[in-house]
Amino acid sequence: MPEQPRDERTIKVDMIARVEGEGALRVTVKDGTVLDCELRIFEPPRFFEAFLQGRHYQEVPDLVARICGICPVAYQMSAVHALEQIFGIRVSEPLRELRRLLYCGEWIESHALHVYLLQAPDFLGYDSGIAMAKDHGPAVARGLRIKKAGNALMTLLGGRSVHPVSVQVGGFSRVPTRPELLGLRDELCWARDAAADTIRWVAGFDVPDLQPGYTCVALHPSDEYPMNEGPIVSSSGVELPATEFERHFSETQAPYSTALQCTLHGETYLVGPLARVNLNARHLSPLAAQVLSDTGISLPLRNPFHGILARGVEILYAFEEALRLIDRYEPPPMAAEPVTVRPGTGMACTEAPRGILYHRFTVDADGLIREAKIVPPTSQNQGRIEQDLRLFMPGLLHLPDDGVARGCERVIRCYDPCISCATHFLRLDLRREGRA
Amino acid sequence: MSDRQENRSRLEPAVRPKLGVFKFASCDGCQLSLLNLEDELLALGETLDIAYFPEASSSMREGPYDIALVEGSVTTPEDAHRILAVREQARVLITIGACATAGGIQALRNWADVEAFKQTVYPSPQYVQSLSTSTPISEHVRVDFELPGCPIDKTQLLQVIGDLTAGVHPRLPTHSVCLDCKRRGIVCVMVAKGLACLGPATRTGCGAICPSLGRDCYGCFGPAEGAVHGPTVPPNTTSLAKQFHHELHLIPAEVLRRFRGINGYARPFHDESRAWDPAERSECRRDEAPDA
Repeated sequence: MPEQPRDERTIKVDMIARVEGEGALRVTVKDGTVLDCELRIFEPPRFFEAFLQGRHYQEVPDLVARICGICPVAYQMSAVHALEQIFGIRVSEPLRELRRLLYCGEWIESHALHVYLLQAPDFLGYDSGIAMAKDHGPAVARGLRIKKAGNALMTLLGGRSVHPVSVQVGGFSRVPTRPELLGLRDELCWARDAAADTIRWVAGFDVPDLQPGYTCVALHPSDEYPMNEGPIVSSSGVELPATEFERHFSETQAPYSTALQCTLHGETYLVGPLARVNLNARHLSPLAAQVLSDTGISLPLRNPFHGILARGVEILYAFEEALRLIDRYEPPPMAAEPVTVRPGTGMACTEAPRGILYHRFTVDADGLIREAKIVPPTSQNQGRIEQDLRLFMPGLLHLPDDGVARGCERVIRCYDPCISCATHFLRLDLRREGRA
Repeated sequence: MSDRQENRSRLEPAVRPKLGVFKFASCDGCQLSLLNLEDELLALGETLDIAYFPEASSSMREGPYDIALVEGSVTTPEDAHRILAVREQARVLITIGACATAGGIQALRNWADVEAFKQTVYPSPQYVQSLSTSTPISEHVRVDFELPGCPIDKTQLLQVIGDLTAGVHPRLPTHSVCLDCKRRGIVCVMVAKGLACLGPATRTGCGAICPSLGRDCYGCFGPAEGAVHGPTVPPNTTSLAKQFHHELHLIPAEVLRRFRGINGYARPFHDESRAWDPAERSECRRDEAPDA
């Protein structure tokens, strides 16, 4: 680090906790103004897009799952949809709904982890969910049971919740029986009510004032809350199919990061629960819409600290949707549609718990992957996080260094960044210049 | 494992063993398995002094730690140094998962040109620091116990932590997935469906979930070890590979890919895939890994 003038202050936090990933934050402040803000991601590169080349398309769902232990289904879903586009496969309605059900399980476990164990401790003043349990035992127990219900759904459909094994191009290796699914019903009903309590609980948290002007981006199907289908839309009026993604969204690489940053027409944008709720509120399930409305917090949500509320709403939605899908479930005639390999390129976007996840694959006549491109949600939100920090930081500068650092961590955690998708140590390096 | 090593990995029954959880190159899935112990997590927080677990807590206390759980493989110059520091701080160091135990899926780079890999993924590859290999923790430091799996099985993790806190050296079964299927009466997917199942060569631990869901095992728990009694021997991958080739008609490239997967850098799988590599350029860069 260059030598620092005497009127500057440097604040360092070696690691921001309770995020999934490894990175650092460097902020330079002069006279109360943020001069420079870099969210640096140190996730050791794992080169998925490179080693996928030459692998067989059937291996892809198993391989891409390993990008992220928290949202493996998202990677599997975007991958199979992109590959099915190449092979001209359209799965039967029951298979489509089973995929949706699997996704419900992942949204629940991922969101419940973040709401109860990662972010709620910020609002209530604890270091961890485990520490919080000493004073808020029933709430933490509720969160863990909600999370377990999501994992149970994934385990039934996929064999396990981390890296489930049943997802294939064309469908599943095995589909559940009706009695198996109905066996989850009672617990899902309990969890639905617990999810409503979750929304009421987080709506009561004291939220710092921060109102950035977001461009929200999410999938937007005409008739349901988005998961696996729909055009990509933005609050700025963009609407395009996933096949057009790369013509409008561009990835750039900063020297300080191993994650690529994505922009829409050159501007930062927001993906994830908050963007999804804002753009798709009319497709929320009845109870989710009602409980949200009862909180008195109106849409669109503009404060990133309301991300926790949006996650709560989506947990409730996912339980209601899971129950609806289970109640109408009839096993499909085939667990998977037949696949005829043909060469080509396919693209797909699905809604990972943290936002849209884009995949593009090129396959040759032998079914081997020739090219792969993957754009995870966290790299899309990275620019937005930096801009929010610029807005939020001036209000923190009266605090001692560790207070500034904690405030910055809180902002970053609003996004539930998954740096493993893009990893794990966020180091704040705050340089103060002038009168700051 | 020798008696001497076993003694090293035995903890004195402490009042509250101090735990550290460390991440290297990985997907976070094995750490998540700890948080997925929903019924046991709060009790675990009482039994153990969770001193360092950044994914779950802002409170990060320095070592030494009675137990260090290490997730992920070593893929960068910084991490090759950091693991040495973790070892110094740890009385018992346990690797959790396929990355830490065998290099993980990212060890596929060990057969490739990493510079070309960087250019595939990053527009400005010069900014990216990466070793040419992804290596298991045991190639860098002494490891007291290894938990296999991609991901680990959370009940195995709980059992190992329980054994350690009770002052007992942990033991896990090492027989093959194939035996689990036979015991549970799961229809053999190789016989019934002609699938190239790695179950005969893969270690137990997952619950034989792939065959039970109608598909082939793909080796998440790495190589099985010989018989239940007697000296441990590697699985007979040669016989299995020949079965894939001669009976199931996999071409050599397909046989190679079966073994060069999630645990492709684990010795028995690594050796088998080399035997099926026509290009003979598969000499993996084991020699570049720092000495343990």
